[in-house]
Amino acid sequence: MATIQPIAGENEQHPDVALVERVRAGDVSAYDTLVRKYDRQVFRIAQHITQNREDAEDVMQDAFLKAYEKLDQFQGNSKFYTWLVRIAVNESLMRLRKRRTGKMVSIDEDIETEEGSVPRDLADWAPDPEQNYSQAELAEILRKTIQGLPQGFRIVFVLRDVEGLSTEETAETLNLSVPAVKSRLLRARLQLRERLSRYFRRKKVPKEMGVDK
Amino acid sequence: MTCTEFLALLDDLIDDSVTPETRAELQQHLQGCEHCEVTLSTTRKTIEIYRSHEIYDLPPSLRERLHAAIMARCKKGC
Repeated sequence: MATIQPIAGENEQHPDVALVERVRAGDVSAYDTLVRKYDRQVFRIAQHITQNREDAEDVMQDAFLKAYEKLDQFQGNSKFYTWLVRIAVNESLMRLRKRRTGKMVSIDEDIETEEGSVPRDLADWAPDPEQNYSQAELAEILRKTIQGLPQGFRIVFVLRDVEGLSTEETAETLNLSVPAVKSRLLRARLQLRERLSRYFRRKKVPKEMGVDK
Repeated sequence: MTCTEFLALLDDLIDDSVTPETRAELQQHLQGCEHCEVTLSTTRKTIEIYRSHEIYDLPPSLRERLHAAIMARCKKGC
C-alpha cells in the first residue's frame, strides 16, 4: 500500500522545476530546453484537438509564449508538464472556437452516445495486425479512427493513454471529475477498439480451406 | 461475474489498479468467456498501437521554425 509522500523537498525536486527557476532568474536558454523537451507533445495535443495543422502550429507557439508569460503563476506543486498541457488544451479550444464562431466548443458537454459501451465486434484480431499495413496506411487509419471520436472522449484518451497523464492529472487539466474521466476513458477505448476492428480483425478463412493440405 | 461487471472493471484491469481479489475474479471470468478475453486483448492492443505510433509528426524543419519564432519572442520579453 502506498504511503502518503510529502511534496518533494528541495533536494528531490523535478528537473523541470530547476529549469523554471533559471528562466525566472532571467536565463532564457533554460526555456529553450523546456520547449525542446515538450514541443512534440504540445504539437500532438493541439493537432488532436484542432484537427488542423496550421491551427496546431499556432497553438504550439501561443501555448509556449503564454506559458513563458505566466511562468510566475506556475506553482511547483503541480508538474510543469501538466501545467503546460493545460495551457495547450485551453489554447486549442480557443482556436477551435475562433474557427467555428458562434458554435460552442466544449469538452464538458454531455456525450449522449451509447456507441462502444457494449462491444459488438467480437472477432479477434490478427496477430500483430498493424503489420498488414504500411506505416503511412497505418497512420492514416489511426488518424481517421481517432478523429471520429467525440471531442470529449478524444481529449481524455489522448491525455491519459497517449501522453501518459494520470487520471487525476487528466481530470485537473480538463476541469472534469475523476469519475467523468474514467467513464469517458472506458468509452473512448472501447469505441476506438470497435472501429479499429474493421481493419485489424482476423480474416475469416472458409472452413474447407482452413486446414493445410 | 457477468460480462457487464467485467466490462465495468476493464479499465482498472488494464491500468493495473485492481486488488488481488478482484483480479482473481476477473481472471476466473476470462477463463470461461472468450468474448471478454477478446475485448481485453484488443483493447490493450488499441492503446499500445496509439502509444507507439506517431500519427502527428512534427517535421524537423517545422520544429526549428516554430522553435525560432518562440524563442525570438521570449527574448524580446514576449
